[in-house]
Parts: sequence; C-alpha cells; structure tokens
Amino acid sequence: MLARRIIPCLDVCDGRTVKGVNFVGLRDAGDPVELAVRYAAEGADELVFLDITATVEKRQTVTDLALRVGRALDIPFTVGGGIGSVEDAASVLGAGADKVAVNSSAVARPVLIRELAEAFGSQAVVLSVDAKSNGDGWTVMTHGGRTDTGRDALDWIAEAQDAGAGEVLLTSVDADGTQTGFDTALLAAARPRVRVPLIASGGAGAPGHFAEVFAANLADAALAASLFHYGTLAIPDLKAILAAQSIPVRPC
Amino acid sequence: MTALIDYGAGNTRSVGNALDRLGAAWMLTADLDELASADRVILPGVGAAASAMAALRERGLVDWLRATRQPLLGVCLGLQLLYEHSEESNTACLGLLPGTVRRFPDAGVPVPHMGWNTLRLTAPTAFLDETMDGAHAYFVHTYAAPVGPETRATCHYADLTFSAVIERDNIVATQFHPEKSAGVGATILQNFLTR
Repeated sequence: MLARRIIPCLDVCDGRTVKGVNFVGLRDAGDPVELAVRYAAEGADELVFLDITATVEKRQTVTDLALRVGRALDIPFTVGGGIGSVEDAASVLGAGADKVAVNSSAVARPVLIRELAEAFGSQAVVLSVDAKSNGDGWTVMTHGGRTDTGRDALDWIAEAQDAGAGEVLLTSVDADGTQTGFDTALLAAARPRVRVPLIASGGAGAPGHFAEVFAANLADAALAASLFHYGTLAIPDLKAILAAQSIPVRPC
Repeated sequence: MTALIDYGAGNTRSVGNALDRLGAAWMLTADLDELASADRVILPGVGAAASAMAALRERGLVDWLRATRQPLLGVCLGLQLLYEHSEESNTACLGLLPGTVRRFPDAGVPVPHMGWNTLRLTAPTAFLDETMDGAHAYFVHTYAAPVGPETRATCHYADLTFSAVIERDNIVATQFHPEKSAGVGATILQNFLTR
C-alpha cells in the first residue's frame, strides 16, 4: 500500500540552513547536507529545500547545494525558491534533485509550468501555492506570503495542473507558524480539484495534526519544518503514532 | 566497470551518485565499444517513452540493447522501454519483453503514482531477498508494466497490480528507483553489481 509521506522542509540561504536547528549530536547544525542525512536516517520519506538566497550567485549556490545533497542522500528531494526558467531547473535537476518547486515565478509567468513539464516531465514539477483565506475562499500569496495576488488559489491550482504540474505543495499562510494544525478547510476544498499528489503544509504542531489530515484523506504527504528542526517531534515517533492508527507509513 | 547509458535520462546523476555511495566504478557513455567492454550496463530512465526511444535510436542503441548479452539493469522508464509497446504517445519500444505498458486507470487516486509503496515478491531471484517482501520502495510513474512470467515482484496502485521487478536472461529491471529507495534500493544495486 502506498505510504503517506512525511517531508521535512529546510530553509537554506547561501548554502546554510536558516532556521535554528535544535538537534542533539549534529556537528554543524547549519549544514543542510548533514541535517538532510540525519532526517533520511530517521525515516523522512523525502526532503524539500527552500532556497532563499538573494544574491546574483544564487543559481550556483543552489546547484552546489543540490550536488552535495544528491551525493549524500538516498531518498528523493525537491529544491524550490527562485526557480524562474528551464535553465534554472535544468541546473538543479542535473545536479541530482528529483523535483523543482515553483511558486511566485509561476504566478508571474504561468507558462513556466508547461515549459518545465515539457522539458523534464510533470513528475519533476511541483506547484507550490501559498494560500490565504479571504472569508469565502482563498487567494494566492506570493513572495513568501507578503503579496496578495487576488487570484483564487483553487483556480490557480487547477490551471497549473492542466499546464503540467505533477504535484501540489499547498501551504496555508493562515496556519503557517501557528503549530495548531493543518488548515483542513483549505485542504478539503482543494482535494477534489487536485488529480496529482497533494502535500499539506503549514500548521503542524503535533502527531494528531498529521493523523487528522491522513485519516480524512486530505493529502498524500505532509510537510513540516520547525516541528522537526526544534526536536519537538521526532519522525520515528510520529510514524509510530500514525501506524498505530492504521495510517500507512514507511517504517523507519 | 559499470556503464551507465548516456541518452539524456533525467536520473542519470542520481544513479551515478548511488553507484558512488556503493564504491562502484562506473562510466557514463553511449559509445558502443565502451558499452561492449563494460562488465554490466544500466539503462536509467526518467522522461517520456517516445523521446527516450528516439534518443536511443539516434545513438544506435536500440539494436545494441536488443542484442547484448551483458547484465543489464533497467530503472523506471528503463524497465518500461524493455516491453513491446507503451501507451505513452503510442510508442514502439525495445520488444525484449512481451506486452504493453499502460497508463494507470482512473481510480480516483492521484496519478502519477508517487511515493513509497510496498513490494510483493512473486518469484525467487538473486536480486531480491525475502526480507524485501512488504518492504517499501520509491516509485514515480504514470505508466506501468503488466505482470508476466518475467515478474519477480509486484506493486499495487490505482486498482492495478503491475510489475515492480522483472528478470529475464541477462536483464533485470525495477519500476521503482533503487537510487532513491534508501537501504532496499542500495541492496538491489549491490546485488546487481556483484552478479
């Protein structure tokens, strides 16, 4: 049976992890490769690296990161953050990443999704959407949740899917950082409109939050950052709790 | 020496990385003499069937693959290309195995089949050990190969049971990605390397 995936997300800037990491026994908590290997050994099913480097050397630093991660890691990983062209994606995928995630750049230039899908296949193209509630629906936010595009998030997901996105990473801007649970209303509204795998993101704070999403089949995978980084929840413990509730997971 | 066939497949680097982790010497090549001199050959594969077959044909590799008796490992699309035909863009493939690779039926579950799914061992093979029955491997695909006498392990998704590992004569192939399947994948690659 296909396992529900648990995906830690690492924010990276200039080749270093951004958020503090509270892991016992790490030689260098700022080294994304060492952290990635640690997560893989703990039973992470995939990893997402979100690169927020803002310098002109960005493509080189993110490609170097993908190279180093790819050599060390024997599970799949996605790289996102500033992928704006086929050339950007080719650089990262050629370095060993399995998928690229696109967000603001695809909203600005939707044809990017089709270009990437044609060049690398849909399986390599993750649409990352930051959605914020506006009362009767959700709008697409860009630039790290700072810019409200006014676009309907569910319509955008449908359009991007038709253009060739092979997976959707759906982050609730409202839930992100609260650790009070995934945005089940958003996921429930999005799920019927998503034909490709859906990753829930934003709000994870306890094992029950993952169980809630998976038991109701609101997502195929769930992503979290701080919860794992700060050692609040270890992946083996999370998977044991999910397995005890008959949710299919890959044993650690 | 292991030869990794150079025909533009998307996971070439990842397979090379996995071989590096196992300490195996390998070369990336589409040169027929170099391929013939290798101890074993890997046909990686991420991408579309039609463009992959076109790339193999351009390099004169279609006839070579059909004729070679060297140990050959196909990965993902590299498994699908071994069959006669793929529904993906209605593509004629290598025809080393009988049957058609078909798209997952619409079963109300997401396609592509993406993630860790369980293997069912259906026939003995040197490439798999018994502990792998029920083990998880990493799959990413939209099309799947039928179950036949060459099937050594199956997987089930979207109301379809399909070949996850096949073996015939000099050929072994996996629908999943051993290079991304943690310990299970490393074991299968190691078994191929020591064949």
